[in-house]
Amino acid sequence: MDLRINRHRRAGLAALATAAVLLAAGCSSQGGKKAQEADSGIAAGKADTPRLKIAMITHAAPGDTFWDTVRKGAKTAAAKDNVDLVYSSNPNGADQANLIQNAINQKVDGIAVTLAKPDAMKGAIAKAKKAGIPVVAFNAGLEQWKDMGLLEYFGQDESIAGQALGKHLNEIGAKHNICVIQEQGHVALEARCAGVKKTFKGKTDTLYVNGTDMPSVKSTIAAKLKQDSSIDYVVTLGAPFALTAVQSAKDAGGKAKVATFDLNKDLVSAVQSGDVQFAVDQQPYLQGYLSIDSLWLFKNNGNFSGGGEKPVLTGPAFVTKENVDTIATFAKNGTR
Amino acid sequence: MTHTATPAAATPPASPAAPPKTRTAERSLARRALARPEVGALVAAIGVYLFFFVAAPTFRQADSFATVLYQASTMGIMALAVSLLMIGGEFDLSAGVAVTSSALTASMFSFQLTTNVWVGVIVALLVSLTVGLINGLLLIKTGLPSFLVSLASFLMLQGANLAITKLLTDNVATDSITDMDGFDQAKSVFASEVDIFGVDVKITVLWWLIFAAIATWVLLRTKFGNWIFAAGGSKESARAVGVPVNLTKIALFMTVGFAAWFVGMHLLFEYNTVQAGEGVGNEFYYIIAAVIGGCLLTGGYGSAIGAVLGAFIFGMVNQGIVYANWNPDWFKFFVGVMLLLATLVNLWVRRQAARR
Repeated sequence: MDLRINRHRRAGLAALATAAVLLAAGCSSQGGKKAQEADSGIAAGKADTPRLKIAMITHAAPGDTFWDTVRKGAKTAAAKDNVDLVYSSNPNGADQANLIQNAINQKVDGIAVTLAKPDAMKGAIAKAKKAGIPVVAFNAGLEQWKDMGLLEYFGQDESIAGQALGKHLNEIGAKHNICVIQEQGHVALEARCAGVKKTFKGKTDTLYVNGTDMPSVKSTIAAKLKQDSSIDYVVTLGAPFALTAVQSAKDAGGKAKVATFDLNKDLVSAVQSGDVQFAVDQQPYLQGYLSIDSLWLFKNNGNFSGGGEKPVLTGPAFVTKENVDTIATFAKNGTR
Repeated sequence: MTHTATPAAATPPASPAAPPKTRTAERSLARRALARPEVGALVAAIGVYLFFFVAAPTFRQADSFATVLYQASTMGIMALAVSLLMIGGEFDLSAGVAVTSSALTASMFSFQLTTNVWVGVIVALLVSLTVGLINGLLLIKTGLPSFLVSLASFLMLQGANLAITKLLTDNVATDSITDMDGFDQAKSVFASEVDIFGVDVKITVLWWLIFAAIATWVLLRTKFGNWIFAAGGSKESARAVGVPVNLTKIALFMTVGFAAWFVGMHLLFEYNTVQAGEGVGNEFYYIIAAVIGGCLLTGGYGSAIGAVLGAFIFGMVNQGIVYANWNPDWFKFFVGVMLLLATLVNLWVRRQAARR
């Protein structure tokens, strides 16, 4: 008994000592949390307007870098405008409509919603209007926001963004690209690939991958590249997939180049290093920020951008090796 | 897990000193009530309700309750059929995408052939029943576990949903059929709202309760109900006493098909267009709802009312977390914790009941 306790105690002490030594000796001279804390995000003062409760309801799947950036923008605006921000999301159309209903029940002062599935949102949005809650759309729904009688829209047109990317591919002399869709049956993603196909003079193939499983994304793209050596460009629809596609291209012999929609921190570095050729940015931070800020303006001064007629466009902005350095500083904070 | 008790609850060993007759009668009545599979779910449902009643002020409003009921109803109709299937001893992993398949079928059939919307609705019913029939036949002919058979049909349906939609519409969502003949009629059946004491309640809630009543009656009052319990309890013994096990299982798969059709129609007429990629993952929620409601994963035990309560708990948790304005990052975590607690409460109550 005694012996055993002693042995345990000795083992515990030894473990503690080892941990202490490792911590002391194992400091990294660069990167890590310390370096991150040195860069600060954006913050501003705080308005003295009455407290508002605004619901932001998106079609995001949880844990997506793009939507995290949208949320950061919304948070910044909420902190500044004395707004209590209620964020919720569900990729399923019916469930997203339920979340709007939920916000109406909560008697929020405003709703910012993404219209990736516009038809599914119609009923719930009509109810919000009946309850006298102002609604703005962002990110998806450029075609529909006006017909639904919403105040304003912040975002880009997915089809136009796709067409812009297709044109850019023509300019740099690409011949054959694959457009990688990470979620089957997602309208906005399909619209991007359709846009690319529309303007691209060469051949565009669509490739479906399972976006929730990165190893399978990597091997599916690599297999496609090996199978068809004429492919010279991989177009992905999200930053994490672009970074994976870079690895796939290396696995498959490294002939194909990668371009993508949307940015994140790591992707900016990849553009700087030349792993990814260019990205089409729709400025998610701006979308989140403007949606909240515009509702604050509307509640406090009756203003709305675009006069209820025209959308407020946040993209497409091309990020290439030439202009990436200016963005890199902000991307480090995870706000671009 | 607990040992499987058939609904005709096996009486515990008689105590040596037998109590007077009247008391036995009373006790066994109380015991019979307490040994019902759904009692635990009822306790859990009340617990979850009180929890959110305290945690989220908005949750107390009547319109919020209607939202919760609506969320529970679309899941609950499926959970009912899935619970019957589970009592019959089988799984259906294709139930989630089957809903989407049905909605896509009705929408595209009507649109592409420019028929009255009702034609599409009937065709979708036939397709859904056929999918159920094929699931059942595959199970019986191959002898593979239903987990594998329905996993295969799940993947096939998921692929077919996208491929056929893309083929016919050149898009990944169906075209809107709102302006076609029969749409408004069908909408009033599948997706209208009923004003109950000044609160708009979705019609699916009423359908859900009607289906629950029918399912309960079938389970407890008909020969077919006995067949379900027998087929799920022990296939061989059931066969030995002349229960048509194969027929029962096929019928149960087709019941899931029917429910998938109904919910699919609701989604179509409530939301007008259908996205080809939706419905994936819901099959597990149906199974979870059935299990919270007292179904055993091993079959032969459970109830329709339990599945109703299970879906109701799920709806409360799903919406309650949002009403309480908890951090959405933790949403799924909270859902998991709540479901675990609800299932444990259910189990505990049932053990107590068995011990009495």
